[in-house]
Amino acid sequence: MDASTHLLIGTKKGLFMLESGPGREGWCLAGPFCEAWPINHAVADPETGTIYAGGGNEWFGPAVWISKDGGESWTHSSAGLAYGEGDEPVRSVWSLAPSRGRLYAGVEPAGLFRSDDVGLNWRHVDALRAHPSRPEWQPGGGGLILHHIVTHPSDDAKLWVAISTGGVFATTDGGASWEPRNQGTRNDYAPEEHRYPAYGQCVHSLAMAAGNPDRLYQQNHCGMYRSDDSGLSWASIEEGLPSSFGFPAVAHPRDADTLYLFPLNGDAIGRFAPEARAAVWQTTDGGRSWQPLRSGLPQENAYLTVLRQAMTTDGQAPLGLYLGTTSGLVYASTDEGQTWTRIAEHLPAINSVEALVGLH
Amino acid sequence: MACIDLLVPTPGRSDMISVALPEALTALFPGAPARIELDAATVDELLTELDRRWPGMRDRLRDTTPKIRKHINVFVDGRRATLATELPPGAAVLILPAMRG
Repeated sequence: MDASTHLLIGTKKGLFMLESGPGREGWCLAGPFCEAWPINHAVADPETGTIYAGGGNEWFGPAVWISKDGGESWTHSSAGLAYGEGDEPVRSVWSLAPSRGRLYAGVEPAGLFRSDDVGLNWRHVDALRAHPSRPEWQPGGGGLILHHIVTHPSDDAKLWVAISTGGVFATTDGGASWEPRNQGTRNDYAPEEHRYPAYGQCVHSLAMAAGNPDRLYQQNHCGMYRSDDSGLSWASIEEGLPSSFGFPAVAHPRDADTLYLFPLNGDAIGRFAPEARAAVWQTTDGGRSWQPLRSGLPQENAYLTVLRQAMTTDGQAPLGLYLGTTSGLVYASTDEGQTWTRIAEHLPAINSVEALVGLH
Repeated sequence: MACIDLLVPTPGRSDMISVALPEALTALFPGAPARIELDAATVDELLTELDRRWPGMRDRLRDTTPKIRKHINVFVDGRRATLATELPPGAAVLILPAMRG
């Protein structure tokens, strides 16, 4: 493996980049980029190599930062990244998803924007916020945010988004109309008879299985779920996990049955690794069973938290896995999660980690 | 937040509006100076004129409420202003990020 691997690390104090040497070893850190603005999510378009970093600054509002030269230089834009005059201001960008020439951005307060000119100009996908459920969406711990955007591998008309707390919504007509896709996911904080509502659940992460666009995985505030019908219905797959609570869910890019999680001990008792022993949990059978992957991760006094967008894969073989913590640590595995190595420390609180291979 | 330029704008000899921009803002717009003179009748017009010269600058200073952003202060001749504040000939406008944290 000769191509270098880059990690895009969105933090509360700017974007950082880690670049590996050959063999995914010898990582070098660069940053902070984006004027040290809080960056909630950064991605690279695999077709062009352009890097996009989304965030917001309390003084100057939301922005998508753009680099076409591997992070050497940056521009920024928020043209059109706003609701209508008189509506509440957009505070920050929370998720980005490039897809065949389009770029989607999820924002706080929850809404979706689309750019057809590589992030220079944006237009509001207004049918989502026009959904009748919108007045009942409530802010979660991170705010009322649209934090995951899942595109279809071949059908531009299909799109799924995750809103905390509103739940999962999907469109099959390119964003002209939306419907909630939450049947079977639980809200433990509702009265018993209302624990499975049509919307309002607190989804934390949404991932599509490799080679099977009908299969989605969801880490929720209240449970872990799989859908085999594009989110129309969900079944619990949390049995065997140490906790029903966590943030990231990362699908293997070549195996529809393999998924990685970082469960936390619960929402009310610290939100750190159970027993303060860090582990990525893996299923290789679609969630029927789970195994912890601990080798190289700290197993004592590890009060670590990994947020919803802060774990990812690099698509290579064997698969590289990466996670970043709110305490500024970055761990890498180049053997499909079997062993882990700390490759950065002392970073600001990490919101997101994404990988790209072969930049430059 | 980078340090701001605390230079108080000096009213121009003409009727032009003298504007001081903070460093944290000009850092986002290559070529934007710390001080500029321009013509505008209100603060809102001033922001529009800034945006004409540096596309995107208006959105950094006002939101869709519409108001000057919550953590931005605009002073006209030493008094805190709103978007509707009128600019008398030769006014000195100071744009500052608010203190936070």
